[in-house]
Amino acid sequence: MADRAQPLIRPLTLLGLGAGALVLALVLGSVAAVAWRAERGTGLRPSDWAALRFTLWQATLSAIFSVALAVPVARALARRRFRGRTLLVTLLGAPFILPVIVAVLGLIMVFGRSGWVNAALDAAGLPMVSIYGAWGVVLAHVFFNLPLATRMILQGWLDVPSERFRLAASLGMRPRAIFRQIELPMLARVLPGAALVIFLICITSFAVALTLGGGPRATTVELAIYQAFRFDFDLSRAALLALLQLAVTAAAALVALRVSAPDAMGAGLDRALRRWDQPHPAFDVAALGVAMAFLLVPLGALALRGAPHVVSLPPEVWRAALRSVLVALGSAFLTALLALPLAVAIQRLGGIRGRTLEVAGMLGIAASPLVIGTGLFIVTFPFIAPDRLTLPVTALVNAVMALPFALRVVVPAVEAVEAQFGPLATSLGLRGWARLRLLILPRIRRPFAFALGLAAALSMGDLGVVALFADADAATLPLQLYRLMGAYRMDDAAGAALVLLALSLVAFWLFDRGGRVDADV
Amino acid sequence: MLTFEDVRVTRGDFTLSADLAIETGARIAILGPSGAGKSTLLALVGGFLTPDSGRITWGGTDITDLTPSERPVATIFQDNNLFPHLTVTRNVGLGLRPNGRLSADDRARVADALRDVGLAGMGDRKPGDLSGGQQSRVALARAGLQDKPILLLDEAFSALGPALKSEMIDLVLRLAQARDLTLLMITHDPDDARRLKGQTIVVADGRAHQPQDTDALLADPPPALGAYLAG
Repeated sequence: MADRAQPLIRPLTLLGLGAGALVLALVLGSVAAVAWRAERGTGLRPSDWAALRFTLWQATLSAIFSVALAVPVARALARRRFRGRTLLVTLLGAPFILPVIVAVLGLIMVFGRSGWVNAALDAAGLPMVSIYGAWGVVLAHVFFNLPLATRMILQGWLDVPSERFRLAASLGMRPRAIFRQIELPMLARVLPGAALVIFLICITSFAVALTLGGGPRATTVELAIYQAFRFDFDLSRAALLALLQLAVTAAAALVALRVSAPDAMGAGLDRALRRWDQPHPAFDVAALGVAMAFLLVPLGALALRGAPHVVSLPPEVWRAALRSVLVALGSAFLTALLALPLAVAIQRLGGIRGRTLEVAGMLGIAASPLVIGTGLFIVTFPFIAPDRLTLPVTALVNAVMALPFALRVVVPAVEAVEAQFGPLATSLGLRGWARLRLLILPRIRRPFAFALGLAAALSMGDLGVVALFADADAATLPLQLYRLMGAYRMDDAAGAALVLLALSLVAFWLFDRGGRVDADV
Repeated sequence: MLTFEDVRVTRGDFTLSADLAIETGARIAILGPSGAGKSTLLALVGGFLTPDSGRITWGGTDITDLTPSERPVATIFQDNNLFPHLTVTRNVGLGLRPNGRLSADDRARVADALRDVGLAGMGDRKPGDLSGGQQSRVALARAGLQDKPILLLDEAFSALGPALKSEMIDLVLRLAQARDLTLLMITHDPDDARRLKGQTIVVADGRAHQPQDTDALLADPPPALGAYLAG
């Protein structure tokens, strides 16, 4: 009933509008710089078309494989109750904060030239497989997105009212009939959205393509941008390719807007459906077992290989680790600085104006990190040496990329607090900073800290824009790790990967834990 | 005196009009069917809703356009009356200092207010550690410190049992007596209205009626109220 018009000029609202304007300026400014600098006349070369084709091809296959393999896993999790199920569902959320390059190195330990799979094939006298190239890129994308797909599809399963399964049981429907009548319609609704989300993630993939792809047949547009930069130092071409990338992302995002994406962040995934049809468990056990092996064995292999080498890592690895910690803290700080006033302003403005501001905050999704990075490079390099900007720019771009996830969590939290306690706070005269300090911050502590933990972990493991800006002396840990891999120092690389993994997990855990300690809800 | 002068609110199908006057120091019960607009009437006084037309005055001053905290009004809501993350002392202290910063003197006043409602020494607890009745007392203690001449109770005690509810109403009456407050209380129970020993506003059929003596009204209720009470 609180429909009293509030004055618009309130400091926090202004700060939120400012944060939205900053993100808007950063993204659109980069795009404008890119458009201005883009090469004219020559147009796209055959190799650029090949990069575009490969980008779409690998994203399509990655989406199809991830979703198809996720269906049996999600079904097993939906209809079986067993010890460790909650832990398993939690683990499925972990790839989100798992640094891409760490996972890639783990996959190389298993599927690489001297990895476990090839050793077995060789011993059996079979031809070896190569993880480098197009199929390696798809493999790594499936590794990352199978868990995400599983969570989205599991949500679909849990959204089916349990009464339907009870009714099916009372009618004596067989598992096959239940699948056709209840589960298939649900899948038809959920799968396109899930596939589209994964497709979107994969078309902006850079780190996977950088490490496993390359060459004429496995170069994505993002990788082509990087190569135009680093190898040819051809800014105009990089800008042209950035425009191409932007067009692809925008087109895919427009399609995505028409298909509703399923929710993977939702709470309550740890509850199991009560089901009366329990077919033989062999298939479900196999589905879970294979999926877990696929996800955990690479990390296990990495741990075995890397653990002995952590203590003897060269000093430049530790220096890079320190830089990564600083960047992650900076990114979390910037995310907090942007997300909090944005969320408050979105809640206060409400309605269409609030949603518009939210879209501005989400813009990081539309532009890829390398597009923003290219734009920032074009704008800044006439004035400042790029390597001096490496760490601040990396932290800033990472924060803008983490902001959509933060807003997804923090905006509903602020809205819930205001709905519940807003009238009381207003009648007592809690305004501005006092309202923030006494009401909003204490009550959104948990989701806010969770969002900052995500931002810190994402930034810690990010290998994207830093690759454009950094020179030999300013590498972050993911970049240092990439260089070790490039030099075939696999023992050191595995050790560094373990350090990076630990730092990412600890960063997330510390923030998240900080939000939970002593919180009254 | 609190007056509604030709006040009208329309929200879709819903309308409420009010043209009435409430004496300073009156104890008013608000009765009427669900959805008739009892809470709307209180929201108009509290400043959570602005009328489409007409004006509201207190002591001759137009308060129609004041924000909720600028109004001479303290409110106890149906629920969410306390911030669960703040101690009892800090919750009550917000009635004195909306910025939450309490001086030693403020703390002493808060302790006195808690003693007055029978919660001496409970200041360091959090609302979650208190019973429903105790939570209502904390809200009352805070309302007492707010130093506002009008106290609104929006079904504030509806979650309490009958005995506890009567006890709370008696406590409210004592507070009103001591501070010369004007009371407006929404209730579903005619016994609550009788207990206030004052007047009643009937809200029915899109209209808030002029307050009438409660006992006389309940002895011979008008048709709309009679149907509601009998229903």
